[in-house]
Amino acid sequence: MLSLRLYMFQRLSALLTAPFVVGHLAVMIYAIQGGLSAAEILERTQGSVLWFLFYGIFVVAVSIHGAIGLRAIALEWGGLKGAALEGFMWLVGLGLLALGARAVWAVTFSQGVGV
Amino acid sequence: MKAAKGITSRAHPLWLAYILHRLSGLALALFLPLHFWVLAMAMTDPVRLDGFLHLTEAAAVKIAEFGLVFLLAIHMFGGLRLIAMEWLPWSAPQKTLAAGATAGSFCIAILFFMKAI
Amino acid sequence: MTAEVLKVTIQRDADRVETFDVPAYENQTVLDVVSWVQQNADPTLSYRFACRVGMCGSCAMMVNGVPRWTCRTHISKVVDGNAVMIGPLRNLPVIKDLAVDMDPFFDKWVAAEGVHHGALTRDDEIAPVHETSATRVEANAGIECINCSVCYAACDTVASNPDYLGPAALQRAWTLLNDAKDEGRVAILDAVSGSGGCHNCHSMGSCTMYCPNELNPMSAIAGLKRETAKNFFKRGR
Repeated sequence: MLSLRLYMFQRLSALLTAPFVVGHLAVMIYAIQGGLSAAEILERTQGSVLWFLFYGIFVVAVSIHGAIGLRAIALEWGGLKGAALEGFMWLVGLGLLALGARAVWAVTFSQGVGV
Repeated sequence: MKAAKGITSRAHPLWLAYILHRLSGLALALFLPLHFWVLAMAMTDPVRLDGFLHLTEAAAVKIAEFGLVFLLAIHMFGGLRLIAMEWLPWSAPQKTLAAGATAGSFCIAILFFMKAI
Repeated sequence: MTAEVLKVTIQRDADRVETFDVPAYENQTVLDVVSWVQQNADPTLSYRFACRVGMCGSCAMMVNGVPRWTCRTHISKVVDGNAVMIGPLRNLPVIKDLAVDMDPFFDKWVAAEGVHHGALTRDDEIAPVHETSATRVEANAGIECINCSVCYAACDTVASNPDYLGPAALQRAWTLLNDAKDEGRVAILDAVSGSGGCHNCHSMGSCTMYCPNELNPMSAIAGLKRETAKNFFKRGR
């Protein structure tokens, strides 16, 4: 199932994701002090190009990584093969990307630039 | 009947590391769509998002959150261990030491961070 | 050993087992037990062995769910009370009883370019081999493989992905890649980069865990991943 190309995408997206995971964990630990609220999250992220890039790149890398990872599981545990397997991978990847991009947009620029 | 077919003693550390990595990855991939969907409510339905965020104060959800953070950390360290094993021409004990040291220092850093805030 | 009689359960078919009473001796291998059954209880029992000293790699079987070379496995090491369960090697088609068809295993050995790629003729000087060079040390680590297929039977990735070349074939490819006398570098790297290649390996390590010769196919496969990744950056594919 995993050709060299998919393997490289999987490993490189993993290496790209790792620092974002550390950042994400740190923000989470910081943000949950004193409870979470929509206003608090949006105050931090709304209109911020930096957070847009942080979460944007994170989502792209995770979509690639998740799609290839689930492809391996679909093949080895689900018995999926051929076109169905490739289709599944693309569905997962594009689905994660679409949902993720929508979420990133929602917390950064959905209320207009520079709010 | 099946006993002769399968491997009944898989319980060695590397196999456990493999299954932990796979299951944590699977769980994270299943959680992500939900996570994205809830966050997108900031745009579509801010009041409902607040409702969800208030849920995070319930004990059961707190435990689930802890689980997710745990899964994320395990998956990351498991993955870095894998890449180190594959790409760094070190000896196996060196890699074990490096992985242990990284995980240990990460735990200490997290503890410190949680205390500090 | 305290028991006088061993209860030996042998898998005869996908869903049929038979249990035999076999006299217990002080010194007895799993292969001895199987031979006793064939010679004294059921002459129709099929199994395979040749050298009986761990050289030929033909007697591997599943013993209590674990792949082992039966000629070098003392029965006292594996009995559960006085019972033992013996079956055909996992991940290979069964021909009859304990004999499996090794063809897929050896076909993959060839598919991984586990063949000699020579460039010299008989008229050339013999190329010197530097016994202490880093590549020779890597090559030496894998040459004691006896093709017993224990690692192949131990591998869960082989079990769930029949196209995967498996630990033995890939370790052979790694050995040849590091062999100064072998000229097949490009062919080998291509062969192990395909859809059944080394990148399927999840480093679960059962191959290394169960290899009777204590070889380390997992690290050989990691070596192939490293070389192919380097190549990917160099050639962009």
